[in-house]
Amino acid sequence: MIAEAGLAALWLAAAFALVQVLLAWGAAREAVEGKGDQLMIALRRTTLVQGLLAVLSFGLLILLFVRSDMSVVLVVENSHSLKPLMYKIAGAWGNHEGSMLLWVTVLAAAGAGVALFERQLAAATLAATLGAQAAIGLGFYAFLAFASNPFVRLDPAAADGQGLNPLLQDPGLAFHPPTLYLGYVGLSVAFSFAVGALLMRDVGPSFAKAMRPWVLAAWIFLTIGITAGSYWAYYELGWGGWWFWDPVENASLMPWLAATALLHSVTVLATRDGLRAWTLMLAVVAFSMSMIGTFLVRSGILVSVHAFAVDPTRGTFILALLGIYIGGALALFGLRVGKVTQGSTFQLVSREGALVLNNLLLSVILGVVFIGTLYPLVAQAMDVQLSIGAPFFNKAIAPVALALVAATAVGPLLKWRRDSANALLGKLLAPAAAAGLAFALLFAFTGSAHLVPILGIAFAAGLAVASILPLARRNLRRTPIHIWGMVIAHLGVAVSIAGMAADTAFKVERLAAVSVGGNVTVGPFRVTLEEIRPTLGPNWSALEARLKVQRGNTAPFELLPQQRFFSAPPTTTNEAAITTLLDGQLYTVLGQGDEQGRWQLRLWWKPFVTLIWLGGGLIALGGALALVGRVRRELRERRDAAEAEHL
Amino acid sequence: MRRLLIWAPLALFALVFALVTSGLVKPGDRMIHSAMVGKPLPALQMPALLPGRPGIDAAAMRGKPRLLNVFASWCIPCIAEAPELMKLRQAGVEIDAIAIRDTPEAVQQFLRQHGDPYTRIGDDKASAAQLALGSSGVPETFVIDARGTIAFQHIGPIRPEDVPVLLAQLEKAK
Repeated sequence: MIAEAGLAALWLAAAFALVQVLLAWGAAREAVEGKGDQLMIALRRTTLVQGLLAVLSFGLLILLFVRSDMSVVLVVENSHSLKPLMYKIAGAWGNHEGSMLLWVTVLAAAGAGVALFERQLAAATLAATLGAQAAIGLGFYAFLAFASNPFVRLDPAAADGQGLNPLLQDPGLAFHPPTLYLGYVGLSVAFSFAVGALLMRDVGPSFAKAMRPWVLAAWIFLTIGITAGSYWAYYELGWGGWWFWDPVENASLMPWLAATALLHSVTVLATRDGLRAWTLMLAVVAFSMSMIGTFLVRSGILVSVHAFAVDPTRGTFILALLGIYIGGALALFGLRVGKVTQGSTFQLVSREGALVLNNLLLSVILGVVFIGTLYPLVAQAMDVQLSIGAPFFNKAIAPVALALVAATAVGPLLKWRRDSANALLGKLLAPAAAAGLAFALLFAFTGSAHLVPILGIAFAAGLAVASILPLARRNLRRTPIHIWGMVIAHLGVAVSIAGMAADTAFKVERLAAVSVGGNVTVGPFRVTLEEIRPTLGPNWSALEARLKVQRGNTAPFELLPQQRFFSAPPTTTNEAAITTLLDGQLYTVLGQGDEQGRWQLRLWWKPFVTLIWLGGGLIALGGALALVGRVRRELRERRDAAEAEHL
Repeated sequence: MRRLLIWAPLALFALVFALVTSGLVKPGDRMIHSAMVGKPLPALQMPALLPGRPGIDAAAMRGKPRLLNVFASWCIPCIAEAPELMKLRQAGVEIDAIAIRDTPEAVQQFLRQHGDPYTRIGDDKASAAQLALGSSGVPETFVIDARGTIAFQHIGPIRPEDVPVLLAQLEKAK
């Protein structure tokens, strides 16, 4: 009964989405004519019910996985009764159908959030926004119902499930996709806002202020999702790298780049009423990138390590949805944006100018990632073959990223509308000195072998100093929270860039065959293979290496990398053992053994690599502070306005 | 100018849409095939990876059809295809190899453990030869004919059922 109830909830939610579109139409017309808000109330409630039904449907799917109901195809194919509870739950979204249901659920819940909390927006624009959100939902409900129903029964029921890809059996997976989806699909709100604003010709500071918290919230989740995903791939895949420019990773990076640009341009629109058309464009592009990413991953059109459910039929379905939504939104943009007046202007040397530069650089990076990701398709169409991988991306993006770091450092030091170049140079003295000093020191010690990463560290040092400068000469206790947010987020960028550059320049890799009792050195460490022993887990057995690690004369410690064997489905995985020290990580992987009793050990010493994810965390924290600050300020302004009305 | 700019995103999207549609419509063939099939082997010059065994020199690879196997000791599917390569070797096929981003120690151990079918092993530290061949992953196997032309490309591990196909291609390549 649970599966049938889940499907019923899904269909009901779809029906409510249809009603929502119709109500939105009516409510928007009423609002334009200045009539009462009966339809508006009905619209808000419908949106809420649609969200609840979608959440219910997804909740029932999770329940099926928790109960290991082997009469449901999806559970049989992706779960096993012996799995730990957390992975049973994660199994619900660790597959194509479940993850698409999660997608729709987040879409509907985001709409419900807007209906519940949005009080700033003009009624007509809000109605159009909720209508657009429901229209997106309808397409994806149809996709679930007709092409990828997660609730299909299996008759007769299976004795037990086939398990879950063991690579996915990891705490990282339990939280990574939901977080990422909250950001990914949360951007649908920005998209719907843009469509609503275009339909109602309502683009201005109040619209931007209403949209900003939603963009910020989606962006925070996306940042956390990408950071966590990167760390998960790093420790789970046993490859020792933190970013592979895999199409699936790019699919999450592209919306993040667009959302980051949007976040900054929406601030220009909210504060200075500038960049109107550009902001709308970015809002459309950001969610379009989410949809294109979903399509790339789901259709199997691009070859990727972690694309699953390769199915051209589904690909065609999502492609049709893409055509309708993105094409429709861009056509609407073309028709309407000409009538959006330009907004206020500004001088080149100003906060706006720096933000425009930031937007352009982010767009260039987005373009490079987009082209690089789609290039195999272009090549296929033209029957040319050319491999595109990490070397291309690294080479093409590194210089733009350095320029972006510089723009990030300069921007917050500038005044709105106009600033003098001389004043700017004065403010840049300290950051430039920090960057120069860092560069000189590193260059002196390591030579020119790693010029680009050394530049990266130097720029990061400059950015770190520059990002704290806006706090100088301020009363720290009176400084608005969103300023703290900006400072911390920009500092996070500096920390992350420093980590990436340090890892690129200074990592030491060692591949060795070692007998028990033997030892190898990597970087400052001496690693001894003490013992190889069998060990057991809940649904796997493993060979475990006991490594004694010693650095100089300090006390030795142990690392236990494993080779795990899963029986359902039969798979071997490498569980890397990683130790985190103040100045980096030692990363160890146990490989195959040979007849002479020697074992392959793969060792990396990665100086300061943890800064990458620490920086990601700081960026997300900065975003969260900005969100809290903005929302609090708006609530206060609303309360003050209400009080003023009373007087 | 402004009017053109406004419609540029839609035009760009239409282009991508058409591209993706064409990619989706082309049925079945999702493998990335090398454009090098039917062309002469690039003038590869790769140093020897192991002492006492020659590296790859394209000029020396003429006169007799042979296999060129792209592999790595860190590649798990390569372990799966190792027995099939040994069978081919025993059937008298000459097999040369390109080791991708590998070290002599690891390769030596790999060969000890899974068999050693190779006549030459070229060292491709930076995947440069792999790119020149239009190969996109490991393992991959090329059939090189007697005139030094790339006659056939096999992507992925060689399974037992692929062995007759490769033998037929080698026969054709004489």
